Amino acid sequence: MCGIAGIIYKNGNGAHRIGRDMTSMLQSMKHRGPDSTGYALYHQPSGEYTVRVNLAESTAPRDLDFADDVARRRREVLIRIKGAGATIKDTEDVNEYTLQVTVDYHAELKHLADYIESVPQAEVLSLGHSLEIVKDLGDAKSVATAYDLDGYFGSHGIGHVRMATESDVDIANAHPYWAYPFSDVAVVHNGQLTNYHQWRRRLESHGHRFASMCDSEIIAVYLADRMAGGESLEDAMHHSLEDLDGVFTYICVSEDALGMAKDELAAKPLVLYEGEDMVALASEEIAIRAVIDHEIETYDPYESTVMVWNR
Amino acid sequence: MTAAAAPPDAPLMDPRGLVEIDARVAKVSEIDGTSAEFDAKEMTTRRINLELRWLLYEQGVTEVTVRNPGAKHSLGAGILTRCRINFEGSLGYFGLGMIDGPEVRIAGRVGWSACENMMSGVVVIESNAGSLTGAAIRGGDLVIKGRVGARTGIDQKGGTIISLGDAGSMTGFMMQRGRQIICGNVGPGLGDSMYDGEIYVAGKVKSLGVDCVEGEWTDADTELIERKFKIYDLGTPPQFSKFVCGKQLYNYDSLEPSERKLVL
Repeated sequence: MCGIAGIIYKNGNGAHRIGRDMTSMLQSMKHRGPDSTGYALYHQPSGEYTVRVNLAESTAPRDLDFADDVARRRREVLIRIKGAGATIKDTEDVNEYTLQVTVDYHAELKHLADYIESVPQAEVLSLGHSLEIVKDLGDAKSVATAYDLDGYFGSHGIGHVRMATESDVDIANAHPYWAYPFSDVAVVHNGQLTNYHQWRRRLESHGHRFASMCDSEIIAVYLADRMAGGESLEDAMHHSLEDLDGVFTYICVSEDALGMAKDELAAKPLVLYEGEDMVALASEEIAIRAVIDHEIETYDPYESTVMVWNR
Repeated sequence: MTAAAAPPDAPLMDPRGLVEIDARVAKVSEIDGTSAEFDAKEMTTRRINLELRWLLYEQGVTEVTVRNPGAKHSLGAGILTRCRINFEGSLGYFGLGMIDGPEVRIAGRVGWSACENMMSGVVVIESNAGSLTGAAIRGGDLVIKGRVGARTGIDQKGGTIISLGDAGSMTGFMMQRGRQIICGNVGPGLGDSMYDGEIYVAGKVKSLGVDCVEGEWTDADTELIERKFKIYDLGTPPQFSKFVCGKQLYNYDSLEPSERKLVL
């Protein structure tokens, strides 16, 4: 089933408690997917890139070699980042298997991402000037606590609660997906894509890599591919309605925008609230109510709809 | 540090925290003769429904106002008695499913599958409704003063659905009987695979579904629409077109399966 949510504040400043808001929204939809929870959160953009790297699956056995393996991968990732031509400004060990690195980098992002991922079992979760993707097993409260998201301030974000149906319950198959190798773009999705393999082969032939077997990852990489060709986020989303087959509703975010797309059958739910200062949307209205405590006007966007809001 | 103990009146949940197994009635309503009112803001779905049933079935209450329903799911489901219920806010998914008899007013919006399998009664929604509104309803009137989502009245078997706004794709999908009155535009696939019934549309139809055709207007159609608009004080009805089943699909011929193979 899965549940998706998004929120964007229109005034554009990064002073909103996006982490806490998203946790409230996702926790209220826990029943739609208790397997894993993920966030794509946006803080004020900086001139440097933030890279989040997953160094091991959270479910990996904590045997005698676990800590040594993670430490070795961590060292190798930092070496590769430097080797790709980036200058490391800061590092943070978010938890025992997630590394966040702030870098000064001015070349092609694909080169940097591929260099990092050439370290076995290292996966770039997100890369951007303001994007940070956090995803792990468990419900929103447990993930928010583990990653200290309550105090995360920003301007917009999306989230996902997953009920695994077609791929494993692990971090690699959890949403959101970063639109590799495009800076600051991420996607959450509810539905099933029936031309997944066709599009995967096509995008792989364009040089894109896939970190999972989850059909939803196609959307992120598809959008990245089109945007790399010069299309705007909104245009790429419109094209996705024609190119992607199946039933889907997805929410996509970039550094300064948040958008939604719904397939031609409108088979997957999405409820939308547009206020003067913010837009909130989710699979269920109860998630919107979790962050707005007064009566509001909401509606379901219709089939084949694409909408985009800027911060 | 140990986890804080749950308050004594907290609902009992299963170990996953997903299913409420508690069956205690909160009994928080203010009862005034046959009327009652309660605030649902801090109550769970199960507590709200238990409170409603306690009032209607055990306390002789015939009119209940529920404040702050908060778009929670499955509220008011399975109420099988003549009564009045006012929800001062929005409902989530599956609200008022399987009801038989109540007269309900919802001040806000409803989520997917509102009034599914409704048998009789009246439900008036002051705002919008999600997809699958009135799925498989068998009787009663369902009035939506805003717009409705996709597949409105899917598998409808009776009753009347009125939307003052637009309706989404596949409206009246597999409809078997009953009526829909849509005052706005409708999306693609109107009346797809419908068996019977009538769909009246005042706005534009994006496309007709399989075996849905424009029907011949009769005085009975005019009488029906004028009557419904008068009952619910909806003003002057606009000009409608009528859509019905064309009955051209294979299930309407008299061919045996073996004969069909020869013919087709």
